[in-house]
Amino acid sequence: MGNIIEVHDLTKKFGEFVAVKGVSFSVEDGGIFAFLGPNGAGKSTTIKMLTTLLRPTSGTIRINGYDPVTDSDLARKSFGIVFQDPSLDDDLTALENLELHGVLYRVPKDTLTKRIDEMLTLVELSDRRNDFVRDFSGGMKRRLEIARGLLHHPKIIFLDEPTLGLDPQTRNHLWSYVQKLNANEGITVFFTTHYMEEADRVAKTIAVIDHGLIVAQGSSDGLKKQTGTTSLEDAFLALTGSAIRDEASSSLERLRTHGRMWRGSGRRS
Amino acid sequence: MKAIYIMWLREVKRFIRSKSRIVGALGQPVLFLIALGYGLGPVFAKAGQGDYFQFIAPGIIGMSIIFTAIFNGMQVIWDRQFGFLKETMVAPVSRLSIMFGRTLGGATVSGTQGALVLLIAIIAGFRPISLLGVLFWLVIMLLIALLFSALGSMVASRLKAMQGFQLIMNFLVMPLFFLSGALFPLNNIPSALLLVARLDPLSYGVDALRYFFIGAATFPIALDIGVLVAVTTVFLVLGSYFFSRIEV
Ligand SMILES: Nc1ncnc2c1ncn2[C@@H]1O[C@H](COP(=O)(O)OP(=O)(O)OP(=O)(O)O)[C@@H](O)[C@H]1O
Ligand SMILES: [Mg+2]
Repeated sequence: MGNIIEVHDLTKKFGEFVAVKGVSFSVEDGGIFAFLGPNGAGKSTTIKMLTTLLRPTSGTIRINGYDPVTDSDLARKSFGIVFQDPSLDDDLTALENLELHGVLYRVPKDTLTKRIDEMLTLVELSDRRNDFVRDFSGGMKRRLEIARGLLHHPKIIFLDEPTLGLDPQTRNHLWSYVQKLNANEGITVFFTTHYMEEADRVAKTIAVIDHGLIVAQGSSDGLKKQTGTTSLEDAFLALTGSAIRDEASSSLERLRTHGRMWRGSGRRS
Repeated sequence: MKAIYIMWLREVKRFIRSKSRIVGALGQPVLFLIALGYGLGPVFAKAGQGDYFQFIAPGIIGMSIIFTAIFNGMQVIWDRQFGFLKETMVAPVSRLSIMFGRTLGGATVSGTQGALVLLIAIIAGFRPISLLGVLFWLVIMLLIALLFSALGSMVASRLKAMQGFQLIMNFLVMPLFFLSGALFPLNNIPSALLLVARLDPLSYGVDALRYFFIGAATFPIALDIGVLVAVTTVFLVLGSYFFSRIEV
């Protein structure tokens, strides 16, 4: 099988600051690819360039064969995305947010109705479908965003920290659904996460990025072997060092730190 | 096509759900109508210019449309702030249809607001020459609404934060309104002011409204409509371009 995502020497500068420093990687058609890295490593910036939200400073990208810069509409037809940051319309209901998405992505009407039911069940929001999003809790909003991101079935799905702020039940549902989509429909999955066990369990290939540079690529076992460690978390720490990044400031960030504290004692032995 | 419709529907739903905004936006036009229409009426009549209330009512309708339309167009900034903009930015539909849907929605909303002001004006004593013109009134009101919705989204696509809002109010909306001939007749004014008024698209909108409401106009009606349509098209195309250049 060929590569559905090809990235070559991709660079993004914000003024003087270089967030992504000439990264190259590819994702196999039908693969599940985890993009790991500490806070501020450049994961979201890379995803934004792949998904037409940011223009690269230099380098080339091919998404399903299309260049997001010059063939943006064709590239956009090829993927779906769950953003790291909020992206719902708070003044619409859950159902209206999903319908709007379905129409923008040209999902046929009867498929849409069926898919909406299916997704709302998956994220357990069926009984809240007619409520305004502004009245939802943070986790409920996140679940709705997941439901929306998976509503249409594109060739590639980008998930930028999809499980951030989710309870374990929903996390498990999400990953088994995503794996099912990948197995049954051959949808390529590109995701980021700070939960190493998720990457370990789900990803077929992993790339680790730090300070805008890719420091390692391979399978989970490959990375463990390369670093002489026994868990992906240890491999990750060996690759990226144990210094805490100074980026932690946003509310999402705090949420995540919270999540870590909660899970702190439950670390697998 | 359906993308245009769904973007339109979003604006309309949000408008219908914000009752306080609808009522709030009526306050200013009513105040203008009373203070200027009744207050300046006698002076205007003494100067031999006729009934000021009849003259100013179309101008005030124009005002309520342009305020609502530009404010609604600024929604793009809110969408950016609250993140929804990303959802539309990655959608596989042309930038023009997103902008057109938004603009149509904004135009429906501000046109409706203008119609409400018209209703109030009629209750307060505004007497159009013939009620048969109602279709023409609505068309012109919609054209004005389209133009300024397009302008609003276009400008908002270039702004990052709501801080720009005050700037837009003071350096765009206010001048467009006050220099447009909405409040004063364009004949016998200093030529510099006339030149400015002629560059202001709202002048043509209000002029067309007066033509159909009270049968008096400064410019030929074909020119009025031509300018409205042409400028709207330019704003729409430019707006789509600016929208496609947004990065988040
Ligand atoms: N619009 C921007 N302007 C300036 N700097 C930016 C911008 N977006 C991102 N950056 C910077 O680029 C770097 C990479 O950010 P990015 O969001 O890609 O990190 P990340 O790997 O997704 O981190 P996290 O795990 O915290 O989500 C950070 O230092 C960030 O401050
Ligand atoms: Mg990120």
